[in-house]
Amino acid sequence: MTATPISVSQGSSGKHRAVGFMLAAVAAGMVGMAYAAVPLYRMFCQVTGYGGTTRVAVAPSERVTDTSIVMRFDANVSGQLAWDFKPVEAKFDMKIGENRIANYRATNVSDKTLTGTATFNVSPEAAGIYFNKIECFCFTEQTLKPGESVDMPVSFFVDPAFAEDPNTAHISQLTLSYTFYPVAGKQAATAAKVPGNDRGG
Amino acid sequence: MATAQAGYNENGAPTSFVTRWLYSTNHKDIGTMYLIFAIMAGLFGGALSVMMRMELAQPGLQYFADNPHLFNVFVTSHGIIMIFFMVMPAMIGGFGNWFVPLMIGAPDMAFPRMNNISFWLLPVAFALLLLSLFVEGDSGGMGVGGGWTLYPPLATTGSPGPAMDFAILSMHIAGASSILGAINFITTIFNMRAPGMTIHKMPLFVWSILVTTFLLLLSLPVFAGAITMMLTDRNFGTTFFSASGGGDPILYQHLFWFFAHPEVYILILPGFGIISQVVSTFSRKPVFGYLGMAYAMVAIGVVGFIVWAHHMYTSGMSVETQAYFVFATMVIAVPTGVKVFSWIATMWGGSISFRLPMIWALGFIFLFTVGGVTGVMLANAGVDRALHDTYYVVAHFHYVLSLGAVFSIFAGWYYWIPKITGKMYSDFWGKLHFWLTFIGANILFFPQHFLGAAGMPRRYVDYPDGFAFWNQVSSIGSYITALGTVCFIIGVYVTLSRRERVGNNPWGEGATTLEWTLTSPPPYHCYETLPKIKATDHH
Repeated sequence: MTATPISVSQGSSGKHRAVGFMLAAVAAGMVGMAYAAVPLYRMFCQVTGYGGTTRVAVAPSERVTDTSIVMRFDANVSGQLAWDFKPVEAKFDMKIGENRIANYRATNVSDKTLTGTATFNVSPEAAGIYFNKIECFCFTEQTLKPGESVDMPVSFFVDPAFAEDPNTAHISQLTLSYTFYPVAGKQAATAAKVPGNDRGG
Repeated sequence: MATAQAGYNENGAPTSFVTRWLYSTNHKDIGTMYLIFAIMAGLFGGALSVMMRMELAQPGLQYFADNPHLFNVFVTSHGIIMIFFMVMPAMIGGFGNWFVPLMIGAPDMAFPRMNNISFWLLPVAFALLLLSLFVEGDSGGMGVGGGWTLYPPLATTGSPGPAMDFAILSMHIAGASSILGAINFITTIFNMRAPGMTIHKMPLFVWSILVTTFLLLLSLPVFAGAITMMLTDRNFGTTFFSASGGGDPILYQHLFWFFAHPEVYILILPGFGIISQVVSTFSRKPVFGYLGMAYAMVAIGVVGFIVWAHHMYTSGMSVETQAYFVFATMVIAVPTGVKVFSWIATMWGGSISFRLPMIWALGFIFLFTVGGVTGVMLANAGVDRALHDTYYVVAHFHYVLSLGAVFSIFAGWYYWIPKITGKMYSDFWGKLHFWLTFIGANILFFPQHFLGAAGMPRRYVDYPDGFAFWNQVSSIGSYITALGTVCFIIGVYVTLSRRERVGNNPWGEGATTLEWTLTSPPPYHCYETLPKIKATDHH
């Protein structure tokens, strides 16, 4: 590099460098914040029930109210998982605060052993914070042999506070929805056939 | 500088073309390159929009019948080019580089070599975007057709080809360029003000660049993070935005708009600065409420970071969340109102001369206010249910950007071109440019309010016959605007081919900022002795 005829006085370049590095650190910090948003967003959803995120309870409900609610069950399977997945009962009436078990039935319709995991939410979304699961097939990965069919239970209750919150008191029916996805890395044989799935470089 | 060193001309500029332009570390040369780049990118992006209007002039498929996906690619490219490769390079890179150092009495930018890399990253980014047009994208066609927002899942599993990867890398590089530029401007403004040029004496254009570059510094890295997640989702099996692995596509929307809402203020704030200089100059009065004007921009910048989800009312947010974002968004109307009323108060009682830059500035104030009013309407979550993703939104953001930001760029262009080139603009071609653009753009965008209110959705190549009339009117407006752009090019040619030079200050006593104390064009190296600003000088 040739020297330019006029350069900024040398004394100021240290001052520039200090400010420059400080600003660069701010920019790097903001990239970090973007990635931190991922766990923060998950925590935020779990704490607030945002987007219909349900709760996990350790003990069953102790109080059963007289208010009835219609509970509906919805089941979906990703196009990349060759399973048949349905609720055993599409809906039933229950009391708010009552502990119930609902069953889903999953069947592996392929000729391979397949592992899936389910995502879930409850709608209307405002109800998520009051929807408590004690035990659920969605907490773990599920593996089905070719042609195997199993019942998958979920044990849950609706918190009695549901009937007292003005955001949820008017709600007369809830829908619990699951979607099964293949577990990444365990489905290589089937996933490879489906365009648009993990393209793996 | 009577004796020139070997390799340098009598002004101290390198005589070799490569040394002067490719290796340039001079803020004026780099500013000039940014302006040329912005004009070329703007002509390309504008041509795309005229072709879209030609298609939409009547119902049914005309020019895109063989490949309707290409229409969506045009929509996407038009948006990305106008934002990242036209408005930002013109305002921040072009006018910012030229006039921030001149206005604060600095000899150059704080990091001249970084300034060079900031500019030269841009053509690279633009080339990557152009490459994406010729490789496989989404919907089985070439190029990225998912809109400038690049929402997953269309941008991840929906776009199997490499076009989206090229677009993401293009945005990475354009973002890196802007972040480096932002660091450079902030350091320059903090460290290199001439003696006596306190923060509260800086011209409002410098204030606007300071606020803008802080917005860039805080928001662009978040966008870089979001599109990096998208890149790894696409290529390396991560599931940030895919529900199958516990991710959430809505997270992308939050990250994107956390960047993109400040981004729209990045596009308009330097325009506010330019308009303040122009209105003050041609009213021969200092800006009314200087401190209020400066801190209104700071307030817009700060509040701009906490309103992003008003772009996402229909994504399933709780009513309380929506109510917050409605309220926060409407708060922005307050500092924006401070700006508009202060411009009017600056003109009030002033000795106004309707020179060309002033006409553009008046056009800006009028049109930006129209766009601002529709913005307040769209801020209502309830109203947005009906207007979301319709032409009403298109009309709104083109009034504030295509008419607002672009009018301020032209106001700045005609205001400063005598200083940059030493040659006066052509008043005839400039006025014709103004009137064709003003009339054309209003005919182009005003009917889109009607179309949007009637329910016409954006980003479609075709529409039902009921929308035919106003679409045809809108397309005619587009052709008139295109004619105006031709006048602009002719005007540039006429200006550059003049032989006579203007003096230091062609605008008279109203132009009080430091750049008018220098010759036109300014010497290659200026402020060899730093100017001293007296405590009694006004802004």
